[in-house]
Amino acid sequence: MTCPWSAKLDRYLDSELPDAEQTEMEAHLRGCPTCAADALSRLQLKRVTQAVGRRFSPSPEFRLKIEQSVSAPKRRPWMVRWTPAFAAAASLVLVLISVGVWLQHSRSEQAMDELADLHVSTLASVNPVDVVSTDRHTVKPWFQGKLPFSFNLPELQGSQFKLLGGRLTYFQQNPGAQLLFEVGKHRISVFIFQNRAELSRLNSESSLSRKLAFSSETWAEGGLRYFIVGDASPSEIHGLSEFLRSAARS
Amino acid sequence: MTDRRANAESFETLAMPLFASLYNFAHWLTQNREEAEDLVQETYLKALKGFASFQPGTDFRAWMYRILRNTFLTSRTGLSVKMSEPLDLEEDPAALPVTSDTPESVLLARADQQAVQDALERLPVHFREVILLCDMEEMSYQQIAETIGIPIGTVMSRLSRARKSLRELLAAQARGGSEARGASK
Repeated sequence: MTCPWSAKLDRYLDSELPDAEQTEMEAHLRGCPTCAADALSRLQLKRVTQAVGRRFSPSPEFRLKIEQSVSAPKRRPWMVRWTPAFAAAASLVLVLISVGVWLQHSRSEQAMDELADLHVSTLASVNPVDVVSTDRHTVKPWFQGKLPFSFNLPELQGSQFKLLGGRLTYFQQNPGAQLLFEVGKHRISVFIFQNRAELSRLNSESSLSRKLAFSSETWAEGGLRYFIVGDASPSEIHGLSEFLRSAARS
Repeated sequence: MTDRRANAESFETLAMPLFASLYNFAHWLTQNREEAEDLVQETYLKALKGFASFQPGTDFRAWMYRILRNTFLTSRTGLSVKMSEPLDLEEDPAALPVTSDTPESVLLARADQQAVQDALERLPVHFREVILLCDMEEMSYQQIAETIGIPIGTVMSRLSRARKSLRELLAAQARGGSEARGASK
């Protein structure tokens, strides 16, 4: 049979019984071995819980972080007070410059990726070029009336490069020429477009990059924007760009 | 500006001594260091922001614990706990479980710290928190009621059920341990 006092044991041990009942309970425990054993057991559990409960400690770094976040601002000389504002302004300028550089870099990367896709899809086509000729005097005139600009093609005889032909292409909703060259077993696409504002925001300096085994180079000259993409080596890509540059200047 | 500084100073004086305990309690609720840190940080920021609404003379500790607990309940972990456990369930205070001198109470005498720790971790959050607030934080029933936002009667019944559940877990562990020991003989 359960002792009626046992229901009050927790409240007794938590010191939540009214004073009078607290005293009565003490008297009861002296005469009831069952309740006394139960009370002892509960008290032990309470103590172990208390000890076990305090097992997680915050790190000193975290304490410092919280202290700093709640600490009252102290009065400091105006120079010290304004220093963070200057630092913040300087940081903002740096961030804006970095974002600008990153955006330009990102735009260049995106453009090169799109052109690499065009190059690959051209190679995958049964008829990669619309005008099939190794003769620059055949290929260049083929674009007449098809493009709102003209360009010069280099004389490649005696070089490692060979012109395979050309086709019309579109990039960012603008027409352009895509010329296919060969060096060894590698094929290289040369894209020529009018140098619009969007394209002129790309790296204005001639740049060479290598991504996903494709080498690419881009530059602007004479109002035109040139892109070269191919799986040839960067030095071969650059070699072809030198030919195209010299042709453009002639 | 001066008022705000004085406000922040008194908040700091009152709140920082509770930092280690609040972190410990947060860790017990979330059972994860990173989440506990996020919880404590959010608690301090909310408390600092709402310090003007704190009524001087009332229990600051219960106020801070209440903010922490409410913040926990709206966190991802807290919401999932809330979905599975009746944290704000109104129990019938009269329905105190009958406590008796069952063998588990005797077993408790030998309960070691590791066993209690394991059992506490396995308790549902609404039981765990009430036991920790009472036994570890040594809060009065009134303070627990303020912290959790339930009537004192509910605190008593919940505490009673939580302790019963803890003892049962310990008894089960002790039985499992002795059976395992018996089996290995």
